[in-house]
Amino acid sequence: MSKIYEVKVGTLPTVDEIPLGGIIPSNGNAILNKTGTWRTQRPILNRDACTDCLLCWLHCPDNSIIVQEGKVVAIDADHCKGCGICSAECGAKPVKAMTMAQGGRYEASETFAKSTL
Amino acid sequence: MAINLKELVKKDIKFTSGQRLCTGCGPALMAKWTMLAAADYNVAMSSATCCVEISSVVFPMSSWKVSWYHNAFENAGAVIGGIEATYKALKRKGKMDKEFKFIAMGGDGGTYDIGLQSLSGMAERGHNALYICYDNNAYMNTGIQRSGATPKYAWTTTSYVGDAYQGKQQRRKDLVSIMAAHDIPYVAQASIGYWRDYMTKVQKALATPGPSFITVYAPCWRGWRSEANATVELGRLAVQTNYWPLFEVVDGKWQMTYTPRETKPLAEFLKPQGRFSHLFKPGGEPLMADFQNEVDFKWDQLQRRVKSSL
Amino acid sequence: MTIAEKPVRQRKVVGLTGDGAAADAMMQIDPDQVAAYPITPQTEIVERFAEYVANGDVNTEFVAVESEHSALSACCGGSAAGGRVMTCTSSQGLALMHEELYIAAGNRLPIIMPMVNRTLSAPINIHGDHSDSMASRDAAWIQLFCADAQEVYDTTIMAVRIGEHPEVMLPVMICFDGFNVSHDMERVAMLAKEEVQEFVGEFKPLINMLDTENPISIGALVLPQFFFEHKLSMIKALEGSVNYISEIFAEFGKLSGRPQSIVESYGMEDAEVAVVALSGIAGTAQWTAMQLREKGIKAGVVRPRVYRPFPAAEIIAALKGVKAVAVVEKAAAPGAAGAPIFSDLCTAMFSMDKRPKMVNYVTGLGGRDTSSAQYTAVFERLQAIAAGGPIGQTLSYIGARE
Repeated sequence: MSKIYEVKVGTLPTVDEIPLGGIIPSNGNAILNKTGTWRTQRPILNRDACTDCLLCWLHCPDNSIIVQEGKVVAIDADHCKGCGICSAECGAKPVKAMTMAQGGRYEASETFAKSTL
Repeated sequence: MAINLKELVKKDIKFTSGQRLCTGCGPALMAKWTMLAAADYNVAMSSATCCVEISSVVFPMSSWKVSWYHNAFENAGAVIGGIEATYKALKRKGKMDKEFKFIAMGGDGGTYDIGLQSLSGMAERGHNALYICYDNNAYMNTGIQRSGATPKYAWTTTSYVGDAYQGKQQRRKDLVSIMAAHDIPYVAQASIGYWRDYMTKVQKALATPGPSFITVYAPCWRGWRSEANATVELGRLAVQTNYWPLFEVVDGKWQMTYTPRETKPLAEFLKPQGRFSHLFKPGGEPLMADFQNEVDFKWDQLQRRVKSSL
Repeated sequence: MTIAEKPVRQRKVVGLTGDGAAADAMMQIDPDQVAAYPITPQTEIVERFAEYVANGDVNTEFVAVESEHSALSACCGGSAAGGRVMTCTSSQGLALMHEELYIAAGNRLPIIMPMVNRTLSAPINIHGDHSDSMASRDAAWIQLFCADAQEVYDTTIMAVRIGEHPEVMLPVMICFDGFNVSHDMERVAMLAKEEVQEFVGEFKPLINMLDTENPISIGALVLPQFFFEHKLSMIKALEGSVNYISEIFAEFGKLSGRPQSIVESYGMEDAEVAVVALSGIAGTAQWTAMQLREKGIKAGVVRPRVYRPFPAAEIIAALKGVKAVAVVEKAAAPGAAGAPIFSDLCTAMFSMDKRPKMVNYVTGLGGRDTSSAQYTAVFERLQAIAAGGPIGQTLSYIGARE
């Protein structure tokens, strides 16, 4: 039995439940941390204007542009911190496919914003 | 490995979301692109205490999907050297059949200043590892204190702008030259404003046996008093104003990897940054002129080196 | 063939200094990596081992680091990568790697380190006292103390098994006196390399960064709601290690034919007065006790070979029946109520219904010798105390021109 294991997020382990040296698996479980609550502004995806250049996907520091089969399909609402770099770097011309709106909470009608957790 | 967005987008990014770096963080992009550039390799990393470290692994969560070791502030170079040395020993004994790439990562604070000794030792001993220094121009993790990489005149929390002194009084250290002077096979300067140039350099370094060193300009809009969406643009303006040239030193030969067709005025890079606002106020002209002199001096020095390498 | 059946002729008796014994033990252990930096009086260990490396006598990756801080940093990296790693140092080197000591223990890395006791500056002095290892006694390293080159050899080999024990997983330092032990040539009975290899066994790392199936993150930020349990987990492992140390001491004792004890006792079966002292200086105390016994004085000496974890039960057991005890130590604790070992022992005995009278001496700082005449004076004072006389000053200094 390995002495190094994942500790379930949200639990408070006892002394005997701490993995050896506090070492945890590199399994990317930080993804459970919803940084989407940090937003004070939010990206709005205009699918019609998007050319799928993927620069927004590349330049998002939080991997929050969801791409499927080479197409930008959604914003990860659970993790997007609302920095606006996607919009700044958007390659669509003359009209940007990604713009920023005030307020962090997505409206129900903004269906391009998806919860991933 | 080709650097093609259509291919990259299929890769599993081994630096996940959920990390606690600020919104719009430049170093976050460095970490993401490093993992993408190294996606086809087995990677083991050491990290200095720094923004990326403190925000990416907070017990019990890790944003990494590769082996990663944060030990202390000043020794990412020594730690990666130890990892690589054991790897060599295990390989020699027939106990290790996998290929690995070893990457050390640290901010300018943990590299230019407190970490310089162990980085130098790692380079001198010839460890097969890449040290990436992401330069956001100050000890950002602890609250924007000046480092040896902070530009002259920059406002920081230990080099305030006041009546007696206006920002940092010393020019920044030229660490790339110091590392090139170690005669290691690959040294490069990159920027978050130029993603393809950065990833190419990471791949080139990983493919080069022996020690390599890359410094990548990773703007911290918070510490520089700018805007969250300006990170990448600031990384571009730094290059386009000749403040932060993109070059590499391959086996001692200095070569540019990108030269701006037209050099933009330095003010365009400095104006969006509140940390230089005093350069634009009355009385700031001599400071601005001195800053320009320094940029010109370093650019000329670099071009002479490039020329003599031809 | 089992170890017991192997011909004893493969073993040999050689003349070795303490440093030489450490280096030869390291050579026979043949670790994956040694990252070390020279400092007097440890230098001979590194030099001798480097010669083994150059001759191909070991398969070790030798990393000539640029400072002791980097030595232990590189060892941490190497151990985390699944390697058996060793280093060695003294004094200023130990002090320079101080933060790394805590980190190595907190990361639970079984790094093995011969540590030649030399005083800490200032003033600078290259001779032996215990101020360096005492300054690190809270780093959660296992601290073992050796009185002679034979013990250095034996203990270095045992240390590998102790540190790597899955219920321990802590770094170990093997301390011995600078110059008195490190540089004095003595008779050392060495095992055969194969026996050492069998005893230490192949390293089976519990922490392995190079396991591609199970990548790990080491060195997380641990916030207040988790930190206490992390620390206690390590402390419990250190405290519990004393049992495994006993087991491994016993196993090595059988293999070598030299019984190993956590606490060595001389004359303690019926001692009325006793000195407690670590490593080299206990030798003079023991010789003095031998002379006094010829005069009918029931003097004894207790020499712990383990200092951390503090073997309270074993020392208390050894002191059974003693009326007056002097803890004589080669390190001061400036400003404290007593020097380190005295403080530990008094704490351990405080709640006992019956306990001996205790006094404390600091001696031999900066490598000054403690003479037999000085120990005689100590025993005489203990006798007076045992006879009902006043205890007087708790803490005194031996031989300083005050």
